[in-house]
Amino acid sequence: MGEAAKDVIVLDHVSKRYGDFVAVHDANFSIAHGEFFAMLGPSGCGKTTTLKMIAGFEQPSAGRVMLDGVDVSDVPPYKRNVNTVFQQYALFPHMSVFDNVAFGPRSKKIDESKLKTSVMEMLEIVRLSEFAHRKPSQLSGGQQQRVALARALVNYPSALLLDEPLAALDLKLREAMQIELKRIQREVEISFIFVTHDQGEALTMSDRIAVMSQGHVEQIGTPQEIYRSPSSLFVAGFIGSANLLPGTVKSHDGDNVVVTLQAGPTVRVTGNFSSCAIGEKVSVMLRPECMKPSSDVGVSGQGLNGVLTDMVFQGATARMIVSLPDGSEVTCLADSSARMPDAQVGSNISISWGADGGYVLAGWPGKAGSTSTDVDHIESTL
Amino acid sequence: MMRKRTKFGRIAINVVAGLGLLYLFAPIFFIIAFSFNKPNGNFNIAWQSFTFDNWLNPFAEKSLTSALWKSLEIAAISTLISTVLGSLIALALSRYAFKGSSSINLFLVLPLTTPEIVLGSSLATLFLGQNFIDFGMTTIIIAHIMFQVSFVALTVRARIRGFDWTLEQAAQDLGASPFRTFTKVTFPLILPGILAAGLLAFALSIDDFIITFFNSGSIQTFPLQIYGASRVRIPPQINVLASMILFLSVAILMTSTISGMRKSAEKQKNARKFNVLHRK
Repeated sequence: MGEAAKDVIVLDHVSKRYGDFVAVHDANFSIAHGEFFAMLGPSGCGKTTTLKMIAGFEQPSAGRVMLDGVDVSDVPPYKRNVNTVFQQYALFPHMSVFDNVAFGPRSKKIDESKLKTSVMEMLEIVRLSEFAHRKPSQLSGGQQQRVALARALVNYPSALLLDEPLAALDLKLREAMQIELKRIQREVEISFIFVTHDQGEALTMSDRIAVMSQGHVEQIGTPQEIYRSPSSLFVAGFIGSANLLPGTVKSHDGDNVVVTLQAGPTVRVTGNFSSCAIGEKVSVMLRPECMKPSSDVGVSGQGLNGVLTDMVFQGATARMIVSLPDGSEVTCLADSSARMPDAQVGSNISISWGADGGYVLAGWPGKAGSTSTDVDHIESTL
Repeated sequence: MMRKRTKFGRIAINVVAGLGLLYLFAPIFFIIAFSFNKPNGNFNIAWQSFTFDNWLNPFAEKSLTSALWKSLEIAAISTLISTVLGSLIALALSRYAFKGSSSINLFLVLPLTTPEIVLGSSLATLFLGQNFIDFGMTTIIIAHIMFQVSFVALTVRARIRGFDWTLEQAAQDLGASPFRTFTKVTFPLILPGILAAGLLAFALSIDDFIITFFNSGSIQTFPLQIYGASRVRIPPQINVLASMILFLSVAILMTSTISGMRKSAEKQKNARKFNVLHRK
């Protein structure tokens, strides 16, 4: 009972099928009161469909959607106490900013005098009080976004749903709005459920992230958990950048796994992948910033030897591309102040990492070496 | 040499354009001019002398005036019904993809492409074969609605092509019932398109001769009355009433054009204001 009161939204084994196509498969998680929750994944992964099922625009094919402890699976959107900030804002063009924000309260027949104070209060929170009489077309993209927020929040919903709310803004505005969204969320203390394909955005803003791929929820956890201990190769490659090196399990050593890499050396890495059998195909994930480059070739212990093929100075850090004996390349982000004086492109180099620098994952990556998670780029080429 | 030829070309283009406009507008000028004529005899076809008498007594011809009122009444009723029906068809066709929506699209275009003589005569045979409705106002109104619905549906559909349907989702998301969503969001936004379609339907009804002729019974609409009377006499009041209708439509056209121009000017002004604010 105590848990039911705490969880605003519960997805109870929810699936959505369109004919033979499974858009969402067995989504089963809950979102707590006041939580900033992100659903993250590439386009077509089912995150928006999940959001629409919470809002009521789609009905689940199986499972239940619970809102404040009540099954709302068949309740139409206008009878659900959740509100949505749409991707293109969907502000009513024929109404002023004030009337846009007042639309929800007026639908609930709240009387005009009460409504006026709460609308102005909400416009105050999003810092748009002086624009109340304007039409949406007279506002900038960021301001329209804030009107959409105020219009949703003025109803004090159990949860606010945001569908790629920052995608339509330019980079600078997007960063400002990230901070703004966090501030507003703290101020109103409402659960925000936030759909995005931008992993940076999800890491920065959320308390918890659900990473989705092809209709499946791959992993749910805090940004740290997901970044440090991804549950699958997909998550490892999608969140941040990672070097994924294929290898086979040689032996177990307590909580650690000893892996023989295809690139040559045998390394000892951590991971919650303790049940793997000897000889099974696994990958070792190495985050670029966890690796230390050194010109002392042949260090013993945890390390790889290779040839420095490229080095890009980026201010605080230097990005080094190291080519391994088996032909794969790894990316290494080195502290540029500690940069080796004699590091030259073409010279031999060794990279090492600390005790918990590596992380073992099941399966082999499609392509060995570093992955880039420039999702914007991936989506634009789709 | 080159310059000379360009100059000649410009003159030629102006002459051709002038002749084209003259061809288009000469009959209209003729109608207006002859509304000020004092005809000698029953036929207002030869210029005699200038007078304001016709404009001072525009409703002197009783039969003509009552025919005009009949036409206005028919146009008002048929426009109201056809605008509602046509708009609903347009909404359904643009809002939902359903079984048979493509064949409805085809059926909508049929009344526009079928010769009026076919529509009029076949409708008359239909009315002849039954005993419920007598030829008269009802049959005329039904006939007019038949072709108006197509024009309204196609006009409204063209106007709401760019409508952002997520606005309806947004309204429902904010707690508005489907009815409130329609009255507060969808309808106000598509109203200009519906009004334009209504005006078109009204003009088509006032104007129609062939289909009306087959289905009018003893009712005389304005076009039927003029046609019937023209063999006996053409009073100048025809020109006066025709000019009035002409001026009215030009006035409506101008108001809608001017308000449209004002709106776009305001938009530009706002955009400028916005840019200035943001350059600071």
